Amino acid sequence: MSQVTNVTPVEVLIPARSWKNDLRGIKVVWQRELIRFSRDRMRIVTSLIQPILYLFVLGTGLSTITGSLGQFNMRTFLFPGVITLAVLFTAIFSAGSIVWDREFGFLREMLVAPVRRSAIVIGKVCGGATVAALQGFILLVFCGLVGIPYNIALITFVALELILIALMITAFGVMMAARIKTFQAFMALTQLVMLPMFFLSGALFPLANLPTWLQILTHINPLTYAVDLVRRTVFSFIDVPPGAEIFTHGVMWGDWRVPIWAEVLVIIGLGLIMLQVAIAAFKRL
Amino acid sequence: MSLSGVNTSAAAVEVTNLVKKFGDVTAVNGIDLRVERGETFGFLGPNGAGKSTTISILCTLLDPTSGHAKVAGHDVVKERDDVRRNIGLVFQDPTLDVYLTAEQNLRFHAELYGVPRDVMKPRLKQVLEMVGLWERRDGIVQTFSGGMKRRLEIARGLMHSPRVLFLDEPTVGLDPQTRASIWGYLDQLRQAEDITIFVTTHYMDEADNCDRIAIMDHGQIVAIDTPTQLKAQVGNDRVEVRTPDNTAAAVQLAERFSVDATVVGDVVVLSVPDGEQFVPKLFSQYDGTIQAVAVFRPSLDDVFMSHTGRDIRESDAPVRGMGMPPMMGRR
Repeated sequence: MSQVTNVTPVEVLIPARSWKNDLRGIKVVWQRELIRFSRDRMRIVTSLIQPILYLFVLGTGLSTITGSLGQFNMRTFLFPGVITLAVLFTAIFSAGSIVWDREFGFLREMLVAPVRRSAIVIGKVCGGATVAALQGFILLVFCGLVGIPYNIALITFVALELILIALMITAFGVMMAARIKTFQAFMALTQLVMLPMFFLSGALFPLANLPTWLQILTHINPLTYAVDLVRRTVFSFIDVPPGAEIFTHGVMWGDWRVPIWAEVLVIIGLGLIMLQVAIAAFKRL
Repeated sequence: MSLSGVNTSAAAVEVTNLVKKFGDVTAVNGIDLRVERGETFGFLGPNGAGKSTTISILCTLLDPTSGHAKVAGHDVVKERDDVRRNIGLVFQDPTLDVYLTAEQNLRFHAELYGVPRDVMKPRLKQVLEMVGLWERRDGIVQTFSGGMKRRLEIARGLMHSPRVLFLDEPTVGLDPQTRASIWGYLDQLRQAEDITIFVTTHYMDEADNCDRIAIMDHGQIVAIDTPTQLKAQVGNDRVEVRTPDNTAAAVQLAERFSVDATVVGDVVVLSVPDGEQFVPKLFSQYDGTIQAVAVFRPSLDDVFMSHTGRDIRESDAPVRGMGMPPMMGRR
């Protein structure tokens, strides 16, 4: 055991903290999420199952009632919502890794490091969002099967939107996970929040002619704006046949059809607010 | 407390009248402490004595209710980041990412602590070699044994060349052989680097590895000194002498050396201030045959007992097996 005692130790002099340190912190927390995601192939596959069921089983089943208008059918309508669902689930579960980290002690390793808590939170949100967006990108492969063209511009726009949506949802998840001590509690909370959010987002039905209570619930749901944003982008690249107008009915504030820029602002704004809340929660840890 | 900063900067850890309350419970009740640079300092006490709370305050994880603490010359409340840069931590519970490799865990740590990139690789190699894990650097931590994980945590705590390494119960839950090897690595470490080691433990035999120890009980430090001094304070050494006729020997020994001598089992037990010096005198002045002699210094268990009025094992939380025979006297 004495063979290395004569070696001169490599002295490490850590420079005083600067924004560069915090950037390195963000980067390494982000990288860790990616490494863990790439190791977990099972998760990549299993989290595709649910969106595929919605898209091809529910979509095909419902199409027998609604019928098809040329290329356009229920699957086409469901597609934007289902991609958003994939992003939602992956983002929330990535954020849930904070609860794992807490249970397995790794969170403490991060909390005692001489970096800003905000760097850890931002790294975590970026990492989770990257993973979630990637999961959404995988589903874009199915465009052709649901009557949506493989158009570079369409895919680019949708991809950018998915990144934005993934950031918002991961910030939301981190905000929740920072307060939760056990994984069971986190699972319970996700069931309580995630499914209602999905069902109330207009992912599975158009937002037209809804009773008032449902109208209100869907419109205060952040995910509604995400689904509508993606759906409008997709629909702008296909010919929605006459008779399918009900499917293009999107988010209305009174008589005002909320424009795309406003939806983007809602998502960015909510994302930033939730990020701030998450950082504040982390500072109290 | 001196007001000039000159002397205080020399201490690795300096604690003044530290108090920590959780609601009505006072976990740390006004402790003072000074650990010099390069010392290996042991913090002893049963579970719930306030050791972990104190270490958490020193590591900036908890704010004290009142009092002050400085680590590596920096205030643990006001200069939190400076403290964090200068300390390494090995927690009681593992804090590794078991899905990453050993090297990835260390790299994560180095990036988070801002270790300059040019020294990252050599330092990584050095700390992993020091704990004998360099060959296993690409192994996923999940596949490591408990001892290996603990060694990896020690390596990680050293990655950024801390001035003070805090180890909270580093050997708890490990088998005796692994415990010994962990101490071997720590010993080697303090020879190799200019580092202060601050370790909490409730294994008395391990505390003997420390330069100085503090015994904590009910949130207070009840004794603080070198292990040798602490044991000397407890009282006399015990010398056991075996002779062909113990009863006669006991009488003669008591008379000639004016010590307490009693026959216990097949030996005569003597209580003397310094057993090692007593043995030569015994042989030159005793008239008769001596078959065997053994000298027992007071153990740290005795020290603990004398300061707290109970055995550290009795006051320990984990329940021991029902079938265990009672502890037999002093060892």
